[in-house]
Amino acid sequence: MELSISKAKFTPKVFILVALILLSTGMLFGTIGGLQYIIPGFLKEALSFEKTRPLHVSSVLFWILFASMGAVLTYLKEHTGKKLYSNNLSRLLFILFVISVVAILIAYCFGVFGGREYWEFPPILSAPIIIGWILFLINFIISVGTLKNQPVYIWMWLTGIIFFLFTFSESYLWLFPYFNNHVVNDMNIQWKSYGSMVGSWNMLIYGSSMYLMTKISGDKSYAFSNKAFILYFAGLFNLMFNWGHHIYTLPTQHYVQYISYSVSMTELLILGNIIYGWKASLTKAQKFFNRDAYRFLVAADVWIFLNLVLAIGMSIPAINVYTHGTHITVAHAMGTTIGINTMLLLAVCYDILKDTCISLDPYQKLMKFGFWLANSSLFAFWIALIAAGVLKSKWQMSSDQIAFSVMMQNLTPFFIVFMISGVLLLIGIVLAIYPLFKNHLACFFTEKNIQ
Amino acid sequence: MFPDKQKFIVFSLLCIGFLSYSGFLYSHLPVSNPVFSVSQSTGKSLWQKHNCTACHQIYGLGGYLGPDLTNEYSLRGPTLIHIFLQTGNTTMPNYHLSESEIQELTDYLKCVDQTGKSDPRKFTINANGTINQ
Repeated sequence: MELSISKAKFTPKVFILVALILLSTGMLFGTIGGLQYIIPGFLKEALSFEKTRPLHVSSVLFWILFASMGAVLTYLKEHTGKKLYSNNLSRLLFILFVISVVAILIAYCFGVFGGREYWEFPPILSAPIIIGWILFLINFIISVGTLKNQPVYIWMWLTGIIFFLFTFSESYLWLFPYFNNHVVNDMNIQWKSYGSMVGSWNMLIYGSSMYLMTKISGDKSYAFSNKAFILYFAGLFNLMFNWGHHIYTLPTQHYVQYISYSVSMTELLILGNIIYGWKASLTKAQKFFNRDAYRFLVAADVWIFLNLVLAIGMSIPAINVYTHGTHITVAHAMGTTIGINTMLLLAVCYDILKDTCISLDPYQKLMKFGFWLANSSLFAFWIALIAAGVLKSKWQMSSDQIAFSVMMQNLTPFFIVFMISGVLLLIGIVLAIYPLFKNHLACFFTEKNIQ
Repeated sequence: MFPDKQKFIVFSLLCIGFLSYSGFLYSHLPVSNPVFSVSQSTGKSLWQKHNCTACHQIYGLGGYLGPDLTNEYSLRGPTLIHIFLQTGNTTMPNYHLSESEIQELTDYLKCVDQTGKSDPRKFTINANGTINQ
């Protein structure tokens, strides 16, 4: 690693390698957390759930961020055909993020938390993230030069970088007493920021996958088309205004619910487009399916469809009141994070790391097996969570509620399926990414493919 | 293909809309002039310090291992909360909290309880798909 991050030899590939390590770590912590669901009290003293959950969430979110940064920096260089404005800024960004992630994971192990729902860590550790991200923005803007006559993925990357900076900073408004002096006020702003923050890294991921799709097909026309820009603006509109579906049941202003509900329904446009273009994407899929990276893009397409249907349903307040606070929400979060984001980013990882130093041909069977194992177990995982959510919802709405602990005990069979499929998912993904590590290790020792 | 000028206009309008909406929300928080005692405020800090939200929910937002605690104060009462915080249970560790910390956390839960009801059975579903508490 020292060799890779040294001044002369630094490349954005190290972001991808660290990202893959974080993905594996995150899934391992997720497995421990899953075990704590089915074996109450498992590791209660040494690594209790309030530690494993943030360890899992932060590792996975940093997987997304590291992989996205690596993808944007690599593809930007390819797109412009020039070097990045500053390799030193990229190196500094990498170092700042590595410091943050290591410090955050260590803090959790010692029981030092930020205590916020979803993505939390001690606020001071957000400083290197914000500084690093500003450097990322500067490097991006100067490297791109102009927005004139640029394809949609450049717009998506720029939007993602700017909005992550805004929403990440916004998520720390709770440090001011004005926002933190009432639980409803605090949660209102907290979920405004988180809802949009997810949309901002989605912009980075979708932009990268669109670049990759363009690269594989060799056809740039779609990235400049009106349709691509309409869908981009629809996505941006949702990023900005649809976050309210997280807080429909919070006693906040009614217009938050009305705006979010109306805006979320524009996602039907995206859903309609998927259904309309299904046949064309199927033909394309058959054509390129043997290419490792493309296989993951196809998987993500299927997961986008499934999760979009679920998301649109959950965005209707009358349905949300049943699903909110149940494992259906977890199914949605896992389905989008693993099924969509991870599959798209794995496609990017395959494209960027690929067979540069050793041939990956001997590993084809292993990679395909890993791919199918990961996707089929993810489907079982997703269904188990939805089923557990339906039963919890029934319990929430029941007039003669049994005790919470009894209800949780009744859900154990679903948690067992969730747990087993989670382990298989972990194995599948590790098998799929193992050849990439092996390739990079070979590069590392032969000092090939450094630039 | 849309000309760049049109793209910039749409992008700018969306950004202006987003920033205006954000500014409006910051200046019109749902609860104006809230009363938050020192004890409740310390209770909230303790809630965050021990990462209670990893397992518990407030208004359905949080972890899934333990129950939603929004209205725990009025449902179970301070005594039961006190006992749980003092001893933990099979899943929840004993955090060895002091008496004053237990009191502050209980005060925080009392404050959360007074903000509204999180029970989905209390919501009215309207014909247009919206809900009311």
